[in-house]
Amino acid sequence: MGRLIVRRLFYLVVTMLLASVALFLLFELSPEAVVVNELGPYSTQEQRQIWLEQNGFNRPPHERYLAWLSRFAVGDLGHSRLFNVPVAQILATRLGNTAILAAFFFAALIPLSLSLGALAGMKEGSWLDRVISFICVLTASVPPFASTVLLSAILVFSLALLPGTSSMMDGFSYRELIMPVAVLVLYDFGYVARMTRASMAEVMMTPYVRTALLKGLPYRRVILSHALRNALIAPFTVIMLHVNWLVSGVIVVEFFFAFKGFGSLVLEASLAKDLHLLEACTMTTVVIAVCTQLAADIGYMFLNPRIRFK
Amino acid sequence: MNPVAPATAADAKPILELDGLAVSYFARAGEVPAVTGVSLALKRGESLGLVGESGCGKSTIALAIMRHMSGSGRIVNGTVRFGGRDMGGLDAEELRAIRGAGIAMVFQEPMSALNPSMTIGRQLVEVLTHHGMMAEHEARKRTAEVLADVKLPDVDRVAASYPHQLSGGQLQRVVIAMGLLARPAVLLLDEPTTSLDVTVEAGVIDLIAGLRQRYGTALVYISHNLGLIAQVCDRVAVMYAGEIVEQGPIADVFGRPRHPYTAALLRCIPVPDADKYQRPLAPIRGTVHLPQDRPPGCGFSTRCEHAVPGTCDRAPIPLEPTQDRADGLVRCVRWRELDLREKPLPPAAFERESTEEMLLTANELEKHYPVPGEGWRAVMGGERRWVKANQNLNFRVRRKQTLAIVGESGCGKTTFAKVLMGLESATGGQIVYQGVDLGALPVAKRDARLLRSLQMVFQNPDETLNPSYSVGTQVGRVVRKFGVERDAARVRGRVRQLLEMTRLPAAFRQRLPRQLSGGQKQRVAIARAFAGSPSVVVADEPVSALDVSVRAAITELLIDIQREHGTTLVMISHDLGLVRYIADRVVVMYLGQVMESGTADQVFAPPYHPYTEALLSAVPVADPTIARTRIVLEGEIPSATNPPKGCPFHTRCHRKLGDICVNVKPPEHRTGDGLHRIACHIPLPELERMEPVFRRGRPAAV
Amino acid sequence: MTAAPQEQTIAAGDEESRSRGLARLVRAIGLLRESRLAMLGVAIVLFWIVVAVFAPLLAPFSPTANIRPMQPLLSVAPNGGRFWLGTDHLGRDILSRLIYGARTVLIYAPLATLSAYAVGIMAGLLAGYRRGWIDEALSRLGDLVLAFPALVLYIVIISKFGASGFNIILAVTLASGPGIMRIVRGLVLDLSGRAYIAAAQLRGESALYVMLVEILPNCRGPIIVDACLRLGYVVVTIGTLGFLGLGLPPPNPDWGSMINETRQFALIFPYMVVSPCLAVSSLVLGLNLLADGLREISARD
Ligand SMILES: Nc1ncnc2c1ncn2[C@@H]1O[C@H](COP(=O)(O)OP(=O)(O)OP(=O)(O)O)[C@@H](O)[C@H]1O
Ligand code: SF4
Ligand code: SF4
Ligand SMILES: [Mg+2]
Repeated sequence: MGRLIVRRLFYLVVTMLLASVALFLLFELSPEAVVVNELGPYSTQEQRQIWLEQNGFNRPPHERYLAWLSRFAVGDLGHSRLFNVPVAQILATRLGNTAILAAFFFAALIPLSLSLGALAGMKEGSWLDRVISFICVLTASVPPFASTVLLSAILVFSLALLPGTSSMMDGFSYRELIMPVAVLVLYDFGYVARMTRASMAEVMMTPYVRTALLKGLPYRRVILSHALRNALIAPFTVIMLHVNWLVSGVIVVEFFFAFKGFGSLVLEASLAKDLHLLEACTMTTVVIAVCTQLAADIGYMFLNPRIRFK
Repeated sequence: MNPVAPATAADAKPILELDGLAVSYFARAGEVPAVTGVSLALKRGESLGLVGESGCGKSTIALAIMRHMSGSGRIVNGTVRFGGRDMGGLDAEELRAIRGAGIAMVFQEPMSALNPSMTIGRQLVEVLTHHGMMAEHEARKRTAEVLADVKLPDVDRVAASYPHQLSGGQLQRVVIAMGLLARPAVLLLDEPTTSLDVTVEAGVIDLIAGLRQRYGTALVYISHNLGLIAQVCDRVAVMYAGEIVEQGPIADVFGRPRHPYTAALLRCIPVPDADKYQRPLAPIRGTVHLPQDRPPGCGFSTRCEHAVPGTCDRAPIPLEPTQDRADGLVRCVRWRELDLREKPLPPAAFERESTEEMLLTANELEKHYPVPGEGWRAVMGGERRWVKANQNLNFRVRRKQTLAIVGESGCGKTTFAKVLMGLESATGGQIVYQGVDLGALPVAKRDARLLRSLQMVFQNPDETLNPSYSVGTQVGRVVRKFGVERDAARVRGRVRQLLEMTRLPAAFRQRLPRQLSGGQKQRVAIARAFAGSPSVVVADEPVSALDVSVRAAITELLIDIQREHGTTLVMISHDLGLVRYIADRVVVMYLGQVMESGTADQVFAPPYHPYTEALLSAVPVADPTIARTRIVLEGEIPSATNPPKGCPFHTRCHRKLGDICVNVKPPEHRTGDGLHRIACHIPLPELERMEPVFRRGRPAAV
Repeated sequence: MTAAPQEQTIAAGDEESRSRGLARLVRAIGLLRESRLAMLGVAIVLFWIVVAVFAPLLAPFSPTANIRPMQPLLSVAPNGGRFWLGTDHLGRDILSRLIYGARTVLIYAPLATLSAYAVGIMAGLLAGYRRGWIDEALSRLGDLVLAFPALVLYIVIISKFGASGFNIILAVTLASGPGIMRIVRGLVLDLSGRAYIAAAQLRGESALYVMLVEILPNCRGPIIVDACLRLGYVVVTIGTLGFLGLGLPPPNPDWGSMINETRQFALIFPYMVVSPCLAVSSLVLGLNLLADGLREISARD
């Protein structure tokens, strides 16, 4: 097992390095693009030349990459043109806000989708299964951008139950979190629940569940200690990997509800072509992705005795 | 209607009774009557075998007894009584009390029958605690006792293990222990040894027989293997297509069958003291019907040699008592008039191939596979370990003969085949064929002529044909590829010929693999292998996944085609019975090394290599007139990554001499003109004094 | 187990397999008919295909003509026709835009998915069949791409290269290719251990033949199911990009942009946003139901 973890750590580093190379090639390779972005389209040729020289852009690309990377590695992420503050600062604030959103999202998603999925998978083909399954396909078919609008139309505009924006102008507000979390959960719980259902249904068909039943164990006990334990391994991994998916979802809801989080930051950075900010945001998503991947792998190993006691 | 056996002893009251049990599955295509009216009675402590080919409803009966029907299954008729109570009238709680405690069940695949994420100990203990039989600590004590009873070493370690940490043989013992834990009155065993190696199987069978005496448990032993049933059971019920066709004491039923199906089945399995020249197998014609299109009247009538139209296929045939033997029942209208004793067959219709022309020579052949090592350095790909799949193989294959390579799992049989075919490259030594070293010539580098002359038949019929293409397309592709024919019409003609050769109807050309049965798929695979008229065909366990009667048919087909074409056959098998039957020469392998080689007659008679002796004694034999020495090997087959030094067999050898076997590689004795080789430290004269394993004529030892 | 009719033996090998493929398709649809939900999926998808194909015939107005702004549902148009779904803030007929929007999405989504599949399948076949360093390199590359959240990848690409139909196809190919590669690779790893692959190698077939003729057709079940689901995701993606203002340049009607452009009027004129929302959701639902039905069939086979 130690071997597997080391291997994954190795891949993690490789992936991040590759990602940094890709970003560099995309954004920093051509000095021309960098300087135009930095000084604006109306800067003179002379100004650009001076700026390039000052910032060491006349060196060969691989040296520039190494310099860029070492700056990145020590946390010097540059300056955001859009917000006129250091990138690290705005990034930290926005990540913090999105972390709160994510925490509520998972707190709602996990119990809802796991319990529905397990219920449906317990008796494959029963009416309960069919109802749950249909609800899951239905909700998973409404894209977040559509559900933000539809939900707002109902809950915010027609019924006036909830605030329509989540900009938190007057300080932190739980009420303003409800809509974004609801939209995200609505789109996603169906997917996780269906995954759980499939896993549960598969486990219910296994010979060891039959063995447990034929040992004369009560049905409850068979479900709780034999079936669920094994059926939840797969959804666990899926949920962990959902952090990555969540970033995509968060961009949409934060944009719509004007929530000042990481998702809207990515979008703002790209619309404003704020290079340093965009680079830092993208790199952050990669770090988040590989770290959750690692966490998922390690968690999987702990849940699965086949790997734990190799 | 139900002729239950009359009471003979004081305790004759049956513990388990089935009366007219009928079970159907309700599939999309309609009702599948899997079991139609089965009546059985099992007395306390008795052991009943349920034997029959795949799909005849054996497992369905077992599950119906437990009243555990999968979603689509339903008991449509009849009753099951346990201890006199009708199981159908029990509520869920009462049923639960009987499951595991009154009747327990052991399944085929022990690995999948145990929860992978719970320790063995907990899975066992919960049987007792949940039946409220005893408290946790007592239950743990009892568990340890029973684990010791099933002869598992180091009981505490086993109890603390997860299933994947034990071997197949150990798991099967665990599952049997689980069955016996609550001391049930009845234990149902559904093919409990099918996935095990022969020598490990022999150990488990012995164990079951022993425990039955100790625990006084009544057994229902389900198997397709007549030989195993003969070893474990007192009585046997032979099933065909959802009903019992014959029932009675083992020695009677197998010694003098009354039903044509039983007799035909016995003619489908080789006996250990005869080969293809002395006693050819007689396959049953046709194939088993699906339950839904069973013929009216006698279910066997479409395949029975003795069927008389108008008599056999009219009304349902009752199960009648046979007066001349205790407790005997038979379901055949003509049983009184038929004489089903095995008639001596006409002398062999063909000659023994006795050429000495060498076709293939394996010379110190060696194949080692790299496996990732452990530890930190291995992560970066530094350190490597090797599985020694083949070591120092030396043997020769003679033209037109059949060479059998026999051994248990992991002995390197398939590796050898892969190297020979070029799917893997040897890491040392040579296989010489027509002056070329095949071991160093992967398929990609072989020319068309060489490819054509070496072909292969594979083990698993379900994976041997590409599911996307019709039979005709697949066989036709080979014909075209090997340039046998090019013109479309002639290719089709050739395909038709090949199908005919494998006794398949020409219309099968258009079928997709999933429209064929296992045996038919294997026939197509044989047609494909012979399409380019190869000179050597390697058959890797070609019949081991097939049913008894199909197995006989495919074996005979292979022999016939081989003889017609003068092909050399390299047959790879773990089944010594089959090898004895088919082979001219035999190579016995263990952990990648040759233990013994020679002509079939030499290998199957003393002097034996101790491993050969043990393998032979593990062959299940149905014929009650054959007695044999019983040798049960201890332990499991060691891993090929880390094979024992000295003699590889020393960890299990029943004749081990001592340290010399542990430390020194055994010498090779040569006898019988030098053609018979045995690698063992025991001196040759002593080996020559061995008793033959099988003796005919004496009554079966129990 | 009825014997195949013997009269058909005239057909030559290739025609045989072609007619069989057709028969299989018919059979698959027959099986789909057993599931009502799958049939609903088929109906929805077919409906949108018909709408997209016959858009010029079905749309009552030009999708880009500014006729009369902010007309409610069912209101009468100046030319005597009707704005069945009203008009938007620029006076364009919403129904017509919806109909042409179907065209946009049903052109770009399948094209993008197809292109992602072409890349993913080839890479997956190579990685799974050749193994070794090719596999290692392709898999690491795939991991790299998958480390970017899909939408971030789209945003980065589109902010760098600009929004156009071609770039969207490119971005989808890049973002989905690795996922498809993983699926195909897994299938190939499993299938290449089968005896029929060994049999093909033993008769000297080339690697390309083995990959394309022996392996690929047997991957079709899972691939088709996945393609349906993925097509749904791509529809969502294209919509999302439009919604974020990164979609196809205006005035091309596309459902996501329609929502984005009119969402500030949602309070007063909810109909402007509701109909494109329903349109995109129904198409995705149809594809998901179809995928479910197909999955059930392939599990049965
Ligand atoms: N769940 C099911 N649905 C439909 N038909 C089934 C089902 N299970 C079994 N059958 C059919 O019922 C018949 C009897 O099956 P069963 O498993 O009892 O046979 P068996 O004698 O145990 O065979 P084997 O030796 O292969 O284990 C077969 O024709 C089988 O195809
Ligand atoms: S009843 Fe007739 S067909 Fe059936 S087994 Fe007896 S002889 Fe054969
Ligand atoms: S060498 Fe020793 S251990 Fe090996 S088979 Fe002979 S007696 Fe047994
Ligand atoms: Mg069975």
